[in-house]
Amino acid sequence: MKKGVMRTGHIQIRVLDLDEGLAHYRDRLGLLEMDRDDTRVFLKGWTECDKYSVVLREADEAGMDFLGFKVDSDARLDELRADLEAAGYATEELPAGDLPDCGRRITFVAGTGHRFELYADKVSTGRHGVGHHNPEAWPEDLKGMKATRFDHALLYGEDLASVYTLFTDVLGFWLSEQAMDGEERIAQFFTCSMKEHEIAFIKQEGNTGAFHHASFYLESWQDVLHAADIISMHDISLDIGPTRHGLTHGATIYFFDPSGNRNETFCGGDYFFPDHPVTTWDAEQLGKAVFYHTRELNERFLTVTT
Amino acid sequence: MGHRITVDNAGESFECPPEKSLLSGMESQSKKAIAVGCRGGGCGYCKIRILSGEFETKKMSVKFVTHEEQAQGFALSCRVFPRSDMSVIAIEEIQSGNPYAKKNVTSKIS
Repeated sequence: MKKGVMRTGHIQIRVLDLDEGLAHYRDRLGLLEMDRDDTRVFLKGWTECDKYSVVLREADEAGMDFLGFKVDSDARLDELRADLEAAGYATEELPAGDLPDCGRRITFVAGTGHRFELYADKVSTGRHGVGHHNPEAWPEDLKGMKATRFDHALLYGEDLASVYTLFTDVLGFWLSEQAMDGEERIAQFFTCSMKEHEIAFIKQEGNTGAFHHASFYLESWQDVLHAADIISMHDISLDIGPTRHGLTHGATIYFFDPSGNRNETFCGGDYFFPDHPVTTWDAEQLGKAVFYHTRELNERFLTVTT
Repeated sequence: MGHRITVDNAGESFECPPEKSLLSGMESQSKKAIAVGCRGGGCGYCKIRILSGEFETKKMSVKFVTHEEQAQGFALSCRVFPRSDMSVIAIEEIQSGNPYAKKNVTSKIS
């Protein structure tokens, strides 16, 4: 958190059918429905303190509308906006309330075609069911996979070099892990916290603004297996897993929402401090880097995005 | 009783009941004629062109099948439900493996 960006705070995901999408994220992933407006539903994982982290919007195509990062103060928004403008990014300010119960947001588009935004304020509803005063361990009314929080996103695009500069220089993230094809960085993982990544990018030529997955944190490997059971019980489209990643070493399972957006639930893995060396994977080891056990990439994981 | 679905350019056919999508019907018979992506109409991987037959569709991403293309018979096979025997063409070639590893292996051979 070199420049006040605290974490990946929210994501707006496009779904082809809002009712189907809501049933998936609420009843299968186990997110909590927190609010609605005319076109959208707002959800969060039970450990998250801010009111929502996942916004579903019905549209004619799947994918990600935007990803929002929460910063540590309102004054930071002006500082970071000035830095973005100085780096050549066209920014726009959306007023408080444009997203319900959320303060003003600074929005801009990265070189990979993804829309990002910064915000400092959102209504805090606290941890669901247990609160913050002598809290019990967990609430007893959780559904499905009992996802604890929206954790990070992976995006695909072509211009990884400009995004590297954007996240490290302009927004003050650190590079935690990378995959290198010779001198070219083909995967880059950024963090601004102790998490191994808050956001990651993988290079895919010719693709713009592509959404690979939104990831949700679980407590244990047993919970990942439990998520796999839920996937089978409800005939959810499975991508791959349960398995482990080489990159970040998280234990994971990937699947798709009813509109084809990829989700991950994962547990464990590495952590980050600013004095840690960057972890590097070689491109010819990419199979092991992505799927540590089979050591083989599947074409679907590498190329399917929304 | 299913409908017979023929994937012309893959030289493959399979039975598909009306309640299953073409892609799901294909997968349930372990056939590999159409590339399998998200199975939710969002990624465009299982795109086909329908040559003949009757069918119904569910909503699919306009990013990968525009309304004009839909009118021309293009569709995502995970969102197409057969109402008769059908003949289709698969658009994506089925591939596998790590392109970076392949590139590396090729350079070592040459």
